[in-house]
Amino acid sequence: MNQPSFSSRRILRPVSPWFIGFSLLCALLVNLMPLGRAFWLPDWLALVLCFWCVREPLRVGMGTAFALGIVMDTGYGSLMGQHALAYVLLAYAATTFSRRILWFGPLRQSLHVLPMLVGAQTVMLLVRMVADAEFPGLIYFAGALIATLLWYPVGILLMLPQYRPEEKDENRPI
Amino acid sequence: MVSPVAGHQPPPFFRRGPAPLVRLVLLVSASLTLIVVDHRLHYLELVRQGLSVMTTPLQVAAGMPVKGVRSAGEYFADLARLQAENAQMRREQTELATIRLRQEQLDQENARLRALLDMRERVQIDARVAEVIYAVRDPFSRRVVIDKGLTHGVEPGSPVTDDLGIIGQVTRVYPLNAEVTLISDKDQALPVQVARTGVRAVMFGAGSGMLELRYLAADVDLREGDRIVTSGLDGVFPPGLPVAAVKSVDRDGVGGFVRILCVPVAGVEAHSTVLILKPGKPVDPDTAAASAAPAAEKPADKAAKK
Repeated sequence: MNQPSFSSRRILRPVSPWFIGFSLLCALLVNLMPLGRAFWLPDWLALVLCFWCVREPLRVGMGTAFALGIVMDTGYGSLMGQHALAYVLLAYAATTFSRRILWFGPLRQSLHVLPMLVGAQTVMLLVRMVADAEFPGLIYFAGALIATLLWYPVGILLMLPQYRPEEKDENRPI
Repeated sequence: MVSPVAGHQPPPFFRRGPAPLVRLVLLVSASLTLIVVDHRLHYLELVRQGLSVMTTPLQVAAGMPVKGVRSAGEYFADLARLQAENAQMRREQTELATIRLRQEQLDQENARLRALLDMRERVQIDARVAEVIYAVRDPFSRRVVIDKGLTHGVEPGSPVTDDLGIIGQVTRVYPLNAEVTLISDKDQALPVQVARTGVRAVMFGAGSGMLELRYLAADVDLREGDRIVTSGLDGVFPPGLPVAAVKSVDRDGVGGFVRILCVPVAGVEAHSTVLILKPGKPVDPDTAAASAAPAAEKPADKAAKK
């Protein structure tokens, strides 16, 4: 199953707005899991947000990114507006480049996503460095690399509801 | 841009709200405003508390699977470890019992002597027990969240200790839990003194879980292994609580200051059961000077009467 791009001929079902909201909520919950000081963990919310901004730029955009960023700032107890700023910039880049990114296959798509995710983390790092915080070490950027590797599998997972055929076939599992 | 014809804009085919660049500028400036207001002016604590009503249930929900896995792991922990722990606790209990027996007598004696010496009563420390729920996932600071909050009467600024010494200070209070900034955080300052010599200093987090004594002259009398305790000069932390032990003294520091690294005594990054002490009133330099002046006059009066 290849992730569809503009060059593929597969016709997808329309995405359900409920599913977009559900996936964003799940990513937020995974982000809020109390796993201690493991900074190499990817920012799931940034990844899923970036995915929907590329895939559905008319439904998910900077407004959603801002709201989710504020929720993250409250949840993490970080500087108010830190995640909001990073997510808004990420959403802007993703929606702007969405037409371009969707022409490529999965590998090149992730190559486009990498600088966006690293950029979002760099924005947060800069904001906190200006506010006199402690530098967490280069391991901090490992999260963006892992998230880039996850772009393809997470993408397939998020597209699954759209892959369903129009008529239900009794002999086929999905 | 199409110029308006006879004062009319052409109707847009697809309504998409304001242009992306406009939206970007608006939201970025909104975030920057929030950052500055939160960092410089600290006006957003109420907003944070309001929003936490929404995020706390999410955090509890997110914590459930982690808690489940952890408690399952503990369930299968070997019996031997638990038995050893139990035996050690029994031993400690016996040791403490003898101390407690003497303490009552000492307390009475202390009270009598203090009355004789006409000294002010030391502040009664009342403490409440709390459990560290999790470490905050913000990579830029060192904070933990405890399971007591506004509804349990926790005040911002309260010192937090474990059974060995100071671990931090409550910096933010939510309705059901509170955030403790650990002493290893880079922004957390603590007034301390060296137990052996009485030299006073200020202690900061040095990153990587260590502590640093700053602003001490290069010829200060300090050795490796010296115990550092709170000085109580700020009025918030009670004096004499153990904080750290000196690990290394580097006298070739830049700018005439000596670089002193210390290891915390308490399990600062090991999260367990903690005690929240009641904070004292922070001492304002002006009022402190004003209240010190009459106090200084009194002995002079006594001396004059004699």
